[in-house]
Amino acid sequence: MDLFEYQARDVFEKHGVPVLAGAVATTAEEARAAAERVGATSGGVTVVKAQVKTGGRGKAGGVKVAKSPEEAEQHARAILGMDIKGHTVHRVMIAQGAQIDEEYYFSILLDRANRAYLAMCSKEGGMDIEQLAVERPEALARVPVDPNVGIDDAKAREIVERAGFDGETARRIEPVLRTLWGVYREEDATLVEVNPLVKTADGDIVALDGKVSLDANAFFRHPEHESLEDTTETDPLEMAAKEKDLNYVKLDGSVGIIGNGAGLVMSTLDVVAYAGEEFGGQKPANFLDIGGGASAEVMADGLHIILSDPQVKSVFVNVFGGITACDAVANGIVGALDALGDEEDRPLVVRLDGNNVDEGRRILAERNHPRVIIEETMDGAARRAAELASTN
Amino acid sequence: MAIFLTADSTVIVQGMTGSEGMKHTQRMLRSGTSIVGGVNPRKAGTTVEFEGGTTVPVYGTVAEAVDATGADVTVIFVPAQFTKAAVVEAVDAGIPLAVVITEGVAVKDTAELYNYAKDRGTTRIVGPNCPGLISPGASNAGIIPADICGPGRIGLVSKSGTLTYQMMYELRDFGFSSAVGIGGDPVIGTTHIDCLEAFQNDPDTDAIVMIGEIGGDAEERAAAYVKEHVTKPVVGYVAGFTAPEGKTMGHAGAIVSGSSGTAEAKKEALEAAGVKVGKTPSETAELMRGIMQSLHA
Repeated sequence: MDLFEYQARDVFEKHGVPVLAGAVATTAEEARAAAERVGATSGGVTVVKAQVKTGGRGKAGGVKVAKSPEEAEQHARAILGMDIKGHTVHRVMIAQGAQIDEEYYFSILLDRANRAYLAMCSKEGGMDIEQLAVERPEALARVPVDPNVGIDDAKAREIVERAGFDGETARRIEPVLRTLWGVYREEDATLVEVNPLVKTADGDIVALDGKVSLDANAFFRHPEHESLEDTTETDPLEMAAKEKDLNYVKLDGSVGIIGNGAGLVMSTLDVVAYAGEEFGGQKPANFLDIGGGASAEVMADGLHIILSDPQVKSVFVNVFGGITACDAVANGIVGALDALGDEEDRPLVVRLDGNNVDEGRRILAERNHPRVIIEETMDGAARRAAELASTN
Repeated sequence: MAIFLTADSTVIVQGMTGSEGMKHTQRMLRSGTSIVGGVNPRKAGTTVEFEGGTTVPVYGTVAEAVDATGADVTVIFVPAQFTKAAVVEAVDAGIPLAVVITEGVAVKDTAELYNYAKDRGTTRIVGPNCPGLISPGASNAGIIPADICGPGRIGLVSKSGTLTYQMMYELRDFGFSSAVGIGGDPVIGTTHIDCLEAFQNDPDTDAIVMIGEIGGDAEERAAAYVKEHVTKPVVGYVAGFTAPEGKTMGHAGAIVSGSSGTAEAKKEALEAAGVKVGKTPSETAELMRGIMQSLHA
């Protein structure tokens, strides 16, 4: 889960990372009030920053300096509602103004390949770091961090030395890196990035802009994290699925997909897209993994969500009975169809294989539901579902 | 022979007395696995009866279970929040193989437990969030259904559980030496490369199926490994060509970030290494079928 900048700022402050004063606002009036408070210690000067989870907002006009609360209000009015790379701006952060001497870069992230963490640091911050990594890799220090040791004093020193900082600046940055490590470890983050990390005219080191990603699997340790999630841009079907504990991702095609196991469902989407090429480019409408259980209730919930999508013209149920027996899955499908009633007329292509498949197919055949089509292979079923979507 | 798990393996189950643990211990026993103990500190000293007449003793710690039984494999079913402690306990007991079935383990916990095990060098970890591994006809450590197929000479390594089952089913007429579900989390213990190396060195494996999915660059690194070190035929499959950028597709590690971790890049890397990549699971199975037929013609 990615945080907004203002949320990252709050988390930083909680862990003792030096940040500037800042407050979030959802209206221009709130922005003015926030600017009065936040700008009090910086001669009334503030920065109005669009809160969107994408880069390039400065270029898009989403970051403006305001010399007074009135100006902050005007900027906020212009920025709120703006579209930045497909993200609508619903909030702005009003940040205290500061005199910046130098801009640096620092991040800690999960290094999947090495199954450890990686700290990255550069004296050249403020710019697109992926570009820097490609164009001048020598300017970006990459230092492995052992998860069981973390960034202690020695590691912080190693990082700043490798990045090429001189004595005085290095001495000031090191403790800030230790506090950022505190954020990473104690909040169960998978990314903590500060770009830029700045040196102010007074020589202070400040995290000016932060990006934090949190591990949703660690919410059991951090019940407060759940409230940081932003649902204003979440698809309503994804919201409804989440309430039913369903693992659903909305896509934009016409073939609804239900399967068991993340890998098999991803594969099902691909196979449907291939088959769909033959039928005017039919594509999968969603990802939905109903897991090992596949009870009648879960199947009914899943079907209900998928059929709520008006773009869906046919549904493909693709289940490999591993632990779950296919007869239980077949009973689930029959139960779900009975629960849904007769108002639905979109076809359901079912492919069952594996544990107790004959009994599963027998149950479906015996029920002989007019909308259920049984196919024996995954590829054949994908083709059939795509074909039905194109003609329905 | 097989990789990591053989007929001689003796297995304990951490979390055996929970509902998942009980269900799958029963299934493992039925498929011929030698289960010699369970671990639960609150039920130490008791025994559990399984259908088929097997009585399995429960020990308070992994160390006690290993001392009493000489077990060399542990299968872990404990809830996600206790998984790190369970694996650390297994590593401290020096058990050679820990199979972590639990789903939803925090990535920090996995990163810490993996590095803890790596520093000690005594325990191979498979998982977490995986179906475990099976050497058909010999032993089964995890939740892979044992009745999909019998023993054979194909090796399988996969990030996905159900695609493992699907592939075993497609190639049930040939059978498998071992099938290893390594899991789809961002950090996992045993990798594609570890399994490729083991299959390459296993005299009873003739060819290898490798299943990957979007996210990270494990498949690209595995492709480089194949090119350099694997002389046996390898067939590949990658899931997630239609996955949108920035969305997690079921597995915590299955996410395309920006332009990295795409299925296309993985397929290209595998093909550049001489690995034939199927468009669908069935086509992948057909590629392997062709290889096995020509090897045994």
